[in-house]
Amino acid sequence: MTCLSIEGVQTNIGRYSVLHDVSFDVPEGEVFVLLGRNGAGKTTTLRSIMGLWSPHEGSIRFRNTQLRGLHCSDIARMGIAYVPEDMGIFSSLTVAENMLLATRGGHFDKPRLRRIYELFPAIEEFWHSSAGVLSGGQKQMLAVARAIVEPREMLLIDEPTKGLSPAIVDAMAEVFKEIAKSTTILLVEQNFEFALELGQQLAVLEDGRIAHHGSMEVFAADSDLQNCLLSLAV
Amino acid sequence: MMQQLSTKIGKLGGVYWLPVVVALIAFVLIKVPSTWATLTVAGLAMGMMIFLMASGLSLVFGLMDVLNFGHSAFVSFGAFIAASVLVGLSSWLSSDNTLLNMVALLLAISAAVMFGALAGWFFERVIVRPVYGDHLRQILITMGALIVAEQIVLVIWGGSPMSVPRPRMLEGALIWGDFSVEKYRIFAVILGVLAYVGLYLVLNLTRVGLLIRAGVESRDMVETLGFRIDRLFISVFAVGSALAAMGGAMWAGYQTLISPALGQEMMIIVFIVVIIGGLGSIQGTLLGALMVGLMGNYVAFLAPKLALASSMILMVIILLWRPNGLKPALK
Amino acid sequence: MTINATQGRLIVRTLAITIGVLLLVAPFLFPAVRSLEVAARICVFIALVASYDLLIGYTGIVSFAHTLFFGLGAYGCAIGLKQMGPSWDSVLVGGAIGVLVAILLAFLIGLLSLRVKAIFFAMVTLAVASVAMVLANQFSGYTGGEDGLTYRVPELFKTATKVMTDESGRVIKVLGVKLNGKLAAYYFVFSVCLLLFLLMLRLTISPLGRVLFSIRENELRAEAIGYRVVAYRTFVFSFAAAIAAIVGVVYAIWLKYTGPETSLSLTIMIDILLMVVIGGMGTLWGAVLGATVLVLAQYYLRDVMSAGVSLTADLPILPIILNPDHWLLWLGLVFILLVYSFPAGLAGTLIYRQEGD
Repeated sequence: MTCLSIEGVQTNIGRYSVLHDVSFDVPEGEVFVLLGRNGAGKTTTLRSIMGLWSPHEGSIRFRNTQLRGLHCSDIARMGIAYVPEDMGIFSSLTVAENMLLATRGGHFDKPRLRRIYELFPAIEEFWHSSAGVLSGGQKQMLAVARAIVEPREMLLIDEPTKGLSPAIVDAMAEVFKEIAKSTTILLVEQNFEFALELGQQLAVLEDGRIAHHGSMEVFAADSDLQNCLLSLAV
Repeated sequence: MMQQLSTKIGKLGGVYWLPVVVALIAFVLIKVPSTWATLTVAGLAMGMMIFLMASGLSLVFGLMDVLNFGHSAFVSFGAFIAASVLVGLSSWLSSDNTLLNMVALLLAISAAVMFGALAGWFFERVIVRPVYGDHLRQILITMGALIVAEQIVLVIWGGSPMSVPRPRMLEGALIWGDFSVEKYRIFAVILGVLAYVGLYLVLNLTRVGLLIRAGVESRDMVETLGFRIDRLFISVFAVGSALAAMGGAMWAGYQTLISPALGQEMMIIVFIVVIIGGLGSIQGTLLGALMVGLMGNYVAFLAPKLALASSMILMVIILLWRPNGLKPALK
Repeated sequence: MTINATQGRLIVRTLAITIGVLLLVAPFLFPAVRSLEVAARICVFIALVASYDLLIGYTGIVSFAHTLFFGLGAYGCAIGLKQMGPSWDSVLVGGAIGVLVAILLAFLIGLLSLRVKAIFFAMVTLAVASVAMVLANQFSGYTGGEDGLTYRVPELFKTATKVMTDESGRVIKVLGVKLNGKLAAYYFVFSVCLLLFLLMLRLTISPLGRVLFSIRENELRAEAIGYRVVAYRTFVFSFAAAIAAIVGVVYAIWLKYTGPETSLSLTIMIDILLMVVIGGMGTLWGAVLGATVLVLAQYYLRDVMSAGVSLTADLPILPIILNPDHWLLWLGLVFILLVYSFPAGLAGTLIYRQEGD
């Protein structure tokens, strides 16, 4: 079953066309990875889905609802959470307040929160501190934790491992594996190993176009294809 | 070394010490404790009233990215409406019955506040909303609105200064030995503190306040969390205008003589305060207001010709040190 | 009937040049004393508004300090003439000091505040301008306070001066107009303003002008390409200030009077803003159109309103509304409507045909 279906999307920024005829399907319950070099259009794709940028053409269907044209707050309320590249943490608020904002009703589900504490120890440690004092890796954790503080239908995550140390990346991978058990994830990444470990399906964006689309298993086994598309082999 | 000093000062409470420093320097210069005390209370009172006038401007800009050059129109209208009510109820004001006094005062302030909220609502819909996102047009159109508002004040209340009666119970001063403190000023300080505390509580303890504080930092991000923050805008705008009107009402009682030029006079002071304090945070606005109020009074005593210029000099010095003001909202 | 951009530009320039020619022959075409005042004021404001358009239209800087620079030039010249007597030296010394102070002040404000957001900058300029006005009032020993300064101007511009006389010593008339000092003064105003306007026009066509435009269009991109945006903006700000100051000097000579109302007040700033909005931002030609329209309105609209008041004297609300003292109210409303629906002004709409662009 398809969770998200993108077809023929073209998004322009100013006079420049950033996405051309982008089409792919994200299956329900899987981790779908969007790969590509800098400037390929990965972030634009996520922002187009989230309603922050309006596609010029094409259709974006979430289950059976057309997302294109909706305000991003409506999209969010459908259960789609977005973790942007810059994490989107409110530095002037405390960690607790950051998490509180992400809840619909203004209170936490205790068991769920406890599980989050286990997955992200820093969250518990700095609960009452201003989010601005967290380190880069901790901020990233907070961004992800905030996205899952309540059950979501789908997560859109933009380059969560950027600038993080390998140890934290490993920890993040474990967290994602657990989240993926219950949520569909559309993951944008440049870190191929991370993507390889988590993803089941993938698409490669190049200059705003889909250069490849298929299963991760097949892609992982084909080093020539990897070389060609990503200029590296695993 | 400057960096170390900055960090040290920051740890001890940072820029919040500035008004205290100013007061202490003034004490050294003025020498006479009773005079200093009178001036300080006057400065605090003035600062609080200016805080009321300026807080709306600061928050609206922080949250909505809208600079309202017509903001002081609310101050003007607040002052004149309150004045008219007070004049109308002057018999209540001059009676010995403190209850009548209070009711009259309350009515005057409430009239100003209600007008401010309604006018703010109207202003946001008609003047501001069409020019969202375009700073240039915002500046121009709100300036135009200021002119129109001032002219309307002229048409309704005429061009000559208006005398404002004060309630009997607030007339006069409390005297201890050499120290005398005007009752009205104490009232102004109390009201200002209450307003600040109220704002602070709403901003920090309520969900709405949380949204506002987050929205000041990043409007986009708040929306991706599922909130339609533009619905909040109009309320914030209305509250800001209401506070400005309240400030104007208090100012009318403080000066006891108001003229239509009030709007323009206060506009400059409000702007200087907001520049000094930084846009988007009530802490910054309070700081700026207290500084300007205190400095204004001290300098008026020590070197009268430099009174208004002193605020500007203060502004320049602070801008050199902190180009975005003392405590702007994080962006 | 829709016109394209080139046709629009042609229309605008033709209108502007027509106005220029009319101003050139104004003393002969409209010999009344009042008309000459209007013409001179139009000249002065064309140059002043054009210099403001350089800031707001071309470089995208909103400043409320422009009247301050105008006033600095005016007061510089006025104080010179008052203190040193009516000679060309006083004009040069006083005027030069005024212009230099304006440039220096502009430079300082520019450096200080152009680093911060545009909106902050606008507020700072407003604060500075307002405080300056209060200071001018307070140091009345030099500035004449609220009453301003009255002084005599160089021999050539005195109204009684006969520029050209016939054999019997009487002043020659051309087309019924005396060739006297007043005429000389008018042409002085006209030529200086014309020169300044042409200078600014030259600037906008030059490579420097293009850089300014690109800074306004997209500051980040300009910075990325390598232009030091702060340097350029400070330059433009100081340049515009210098021009405003020179215009101030000229106006001080023409009026033979300088006071806070005629050279520093916020009303003048509002006038400039109105003219820039009416005429159109980003096109110096728009300044010509805007200045002409507004000055004419200021002078003759009040007459119309006064006539209206006497006509409707017996009716209820109308006399109050038509009271010429309240004409600023109408101006304000018109201003709001213009910013709302014709932000491009006359010239802008004609050239770009896009409202609400």
